[in-house]
Amino acid sequence: MPTFTLISAVTVGSGGASTIDFTSIPSTYTDLVLKTSLRGPTGYASDTMDTYLRFNGTTTNYSDRLLYGTGSAAASLSETLTGINFRVVGQNSTASTFGNAEIYIPNYAGSSNKSVSVDAVTENNATSVLTQLEAGLWSNTAAINQITLVPFTTGFAQYSSAYLYGVSNA
Amino acid sequence: MPNPSRIEVNCTTGEVLEIELTDAEVAELAYQAELAADAKAEEDRIAAQRAADKAALLDRLGITADEAALLLA
Repeated sequence: MPTFTLISAVTVGSGGASTIDFTSIPSTYTDLVLKTSLRGPTGYASDTMDTYLRFNGTTTNYSDRLLYGTGSAAASLSETLTGINFRVVGQNSTASTFGNAEIYIPNYAGSSNKSVSVDAVTENNATSVLTQLEAGLWSNTAAINQITLVPFTTGFAQYSSAYLYGVSNA
Repeated sequence: MPNPSRIEVNCTTGEVLEIELTDAEVAELAYQAELAADAKAEEDRIAAQRAADKAALLDRLGITADEAALLLA
């Protein structure tokens, strides 16, 4: 029976946060799960905001295949960016809403390239919202010991949060 | 007013640090945000132009988008 153990939790304070960085992640679990609830900073006038997931402080060798729906259409695309990319809520979306994501990273401490799956939505009291299912790859054989959430622009808004879990016996 | 912070969580010790950005880091962040805003504006402009070009072409051909999709299927 798999067990989930909360490794660390973060809630952004009143000043906002430019990045959220989980460091010194223990290698004792089989998989990692990162649950996020994020919103872009005041002044970022867009419905959504790109966010990048980076491992071990690196910005290279990331690729992903994304299937998404906008509320009126569905499409897919391939991306090669500076991190695994998903979108969260921007300041043009309904006030006090956040974009939610669950990110699964199997075999994060192994010596193979690392796969990542992302299941994310934005929230908005309107037709235009974004649902995202994504298969990501970090072509690097190093064990993951650091995960950084990096916003496209200046930061994450207050009350954004991130929870990192370790999964044992998955 | 203090500069914004970056949050660093040490998952082994549980220590959470909120590290205030230096003035240089804030300036760099603002510069990157400006670049990002410019890039987004350019993306939006290209998308709007493509949509307008598509609508104009469909209009010239006298068919709907669904009919165009049927032709390409």
